[in-house]
Amino acid sequence: MAKYDFVIAVGGAPGQGIDSVGQVLTRICARHGLSVFTYSAYQSLIRGGHTFLTARISSEPVANHGDKLDLVIALDRNSLETHLPHVAPGGTLIYNSDDVKAAPERDDIQLAPLSYKELSNDTDRKKIMLNVCMLGAAMKMVGGDLKVFEDMLTVQFLKRKGQAVVDENIGVARAGYNHAAENFTPFDTQFQKQEPALAVVDGNSAMAMGGAAAGVKFYAAYPMSPSTGVLHWMAANARDLGILVRQCEDEISVVNMVIGAAHVGSRAMCATSGGGFALMSEAIGSAGMMEIPIVVINVQRGGPSTGLPTKTEQGDLWQLLGASQGDFPKIIVSPTSIMDGFDTIPELFNLVDKFQCPGMVLSDLTLSMGFTTFDPDTINWQPEIDRGELINGPVELDGEYLRYAITDSGVSPRAIPGTPGHMHVVATDDHDEDGGLISDEFTNPHKRRDIMEKRQRKMEGIVELLPPPTFEGPEDAEVTLIGWGSTHSVISEAAQMLTETGLATNHIHFKWLYPMDEDAINEVLAKSAYSIIVECNYTGQFARFLRSETGFKADSHIRKYDGEPFMPHHVVDGARELLNSKTDLYVPYQEIVV
Amino acid sequence: MARRARKERPVQGAPTARDFKGDVNPDWCAGCGDFGVLNALQGAYAKLGRGNHDHLTVSGIGCSSNLPGYVKTYGMHTLHGRALAVATGAKFANHALNVVVTGGDGDGYGIGGNHFIHTMRKNIDLLYIVMNNETYGLTVGQASPTTIVGEQTKSTPFGNLETPLNPVAMAIVAGATYVARAYSSDGPKLAELMYNGMQHKGFAFIDVISPCVTWKGGARVIFDYWKERVQYLEDHDTSDRAAALEQAVKTGHETQLGLFYHDTSRQSLDQMEPVLENGPIAHQPLGISKEQGDAIIQKMM
Repeated sequence: MAKYDFVIAVGGAPGQGIDSVGQVLTRICARHGLSVFTYSAYQSLIRGGHTFLTARISSEPVANHGDKLDLVIALDRNSLETHLPHVAPGGTLIYNSDDVKAAPERDDIQLAPLSYKELSNDTDRKKIMLNVCMLGAAMKMVGGDLKVFEDMLTVQFLKRKGQAVVDENIGVARAGYNHAAENFTPFDTQFQKQEPALAVVDGNSAMAMGGAAAGVKFYAAYPMSPSTGVLHWMAANARDLGILVRQCEDEISVVNMVIGAAHVGSRAMCATSGGGFALMSEAIGSAGMMEIPIVVINVQRGGPSTGLPTKTEQGDLWQLLGASQGDFPKIIVSPTSIMDGFDTIPELFNLVDKFQCPGMVLSDLTLSMGFTTFDPDTINWQPEIDRGELINGPVELDGEYLRYAITDSGVSPRAIPGTPGHMHVVATDDHDEDGGLISDEFTNPHKRRDIMEKRQRKMEGIVELLPPPTFEGPEDAEVTLIGWGSTHSVISEAAQMLTETGLATNHIHFKWLYPMDEDAINEVLAKSAYSIIVECNYTGQFARFLRSETGFKADSHIRKYDGEPFMPHHVVDGARELLNSKTDLYVPYQEIVV
Repeated sequence: MARRARKERPVQGAPTARDFKGDVNPDWCAGCGDFGVLNALQGAYAKLGRGNHDHLTVSGIGCSSNLPGYVKTYGMHTLHGRALAVATGAKFANHALNVVVTGGDGDGYGIGGNHFIHTMRKNIDLLYIVMNNETYGLTVGQASPTTIVGEQTKSTPFGNLETPLNPVAMAIVAGATYVARAYSSDGPKLAELMYNGMQHKGFAFIDVISPCVTWKGGARVIFDYWKERVQYLEDHDTSDRAAALEQAVKTGHETQLGLFYHDTSRQSLDQMEPVLENGPIAHQPLGISKEQGDAIIQKMM
């Protein structure tokens, strides 16, 4: 069977139910066994404005929103006018004919008007179901199973709104479906059911689920877009899973509570975005100093300052690298897909428990607020849990207990409060092996050197355990694309497209960002041809970091900092242009503006 | 600095204040009010009768925040102003611990002011002891949030223009359920307020006048100053919030001492939290079961 790869987009005003129609659409596809990735371009407005949801549907796993729009549903006139030029040739635009003054004009696409007044018998109550009616029409055109559609409407509305609302929704869905059957031309390629049926998850929920699987028992947060989804998942599941969830007065409180809970022996986590992370910085250093394992997720949005609350960026790398004053062991990881976010959290918890230091996860809006599908049988709810050298019960002590005992590995066995016989004070001042403040002794320089070297020795152990970047594609390529974190799928696809069209391209991708193993990474980088670093920020944060850690200087760069995520063709066009020009920087033009 | 052996004293019979003496000798100035607070706290810990390891003493940064090193319990010497947040997390992770927070007025009312308000509002089961000396001692004598109007300090050489805050009134309004003021020189009364504060389920707060002998004109001047100005509350109904507030707002530098407010009707947040019903979360098995995982997946199909 040929690969199915199709994009449906829905545009409208907030309040027109784009989110819920997006959820229903994603679940319909998942039930058909089709993979989906969604990206929602929205604005930071409580009411008004414009939202545009792009759902890429494929018979194979998909993790970016693609390059083309095959079928656009315009819920309002604004969407119709804005997105008319964006529909791919041969595609279809569904719109509400009640809402337009003059019919839209384009002769290379199918214009598919429906009069919602007629289809819904013109009742005001049903106005909010325009989205469902239009999705009904779309489902007919792509060969979606009407029964599945009806089931998903039941899932969506039965619990919260009741059977009457379900019935009304099914009514307008059928009206749209039948209208399309009579009036519109279906697409040549149609939905094909395949096994197994898939589950649907967003990036923030995946990381929260990863936390639950890792044994997080304490989660704290202050709401901040685009990280709030982690809080919502945790809060909704807290009682079922025995996780204590607290909303705090600010991010300073959040991370300090997490430190308190972690010190007492709980696995503890929090999530925020760049501004909130800035407030957490000092405390992250204190976790490094007190050697308390915590996990902090930073879901990046456009910066600086309040920046772009609803737009994406990879602009916080240096903030994380520089978080807090002084030197201390820390780990930074950037998940490369939504489900990698699920796996990353338990992996990171094992590392921070083993090395007793803060761990930071660098996600972004694209990953965290995107939805994807996954095969439920592939999810591992019981990942390995390694708490490292933890003392939480009675042990025979040989001599006195030293919380910060100087060891070859730099790791000192960690007793948690409440354990008999291991009392100690942990301090944010620098301290001796027993926790006593060095500053009380007029800052003994030898003790300071010993304890600093002890802490930093942990970095040697960490770096040994972090996998090198991945290498994909032909060894003898002409171009090497290098990326990090959420852009894995889009770069991978671009490399394939380039290779298929005659420009052999491979792809090196970083997930574990810090600490870096210079030799191991240079070994991978040595395979690179003409190298292009692809990232979503202005100054090339990763390019500069990679150069500082490894001495590797890329030939050129593709950078995007307009708030919208990369589409594969942005990278393809950039690679071709850079190869043939004297410049070393390509900034893609964002065609779809919401 | 001289340190004693770290081992927990095997408690023979009831513990005494001596059993709670820490490994490090205080580095406070001779005559500092904080010594009285430290002694009273050791006494209150002993009176509670639990093992040393059942207590967690948490502080921020400042002269008085060095205290956790001077008591024999588990201790955390956290960042400036953040002790209440850290202690809240620790209490939630193991609510079987007796968690006591100590610090100064700059730490608690200045940089930590936001946490102060919200920890009281949430009625977290902690005892919070503020050694209020109306100055930033460790940074050598600037005005603090409780420095009085007109006082000349290093940061207010022409006299302080700002009105000091009233921590007792603030605590009553913000939702603390045990609110007291004490004087560091009256050890027995202070120890009793601390002991009762530890026994109280909910947020217990004691603002302790703990004079600074270095930046307030010397020991004789400052202790004489306070001796004339303190008196204990009389004929006061501690269950009456309005009456407590009325007494509290009278409090300035002619101050009343004792228990202003005690609300036993409100549950502390850990008592209200169903997740803690199975015991401290720090001792729960990690991860989730396959059944729990399947139930989550079911909602995602």
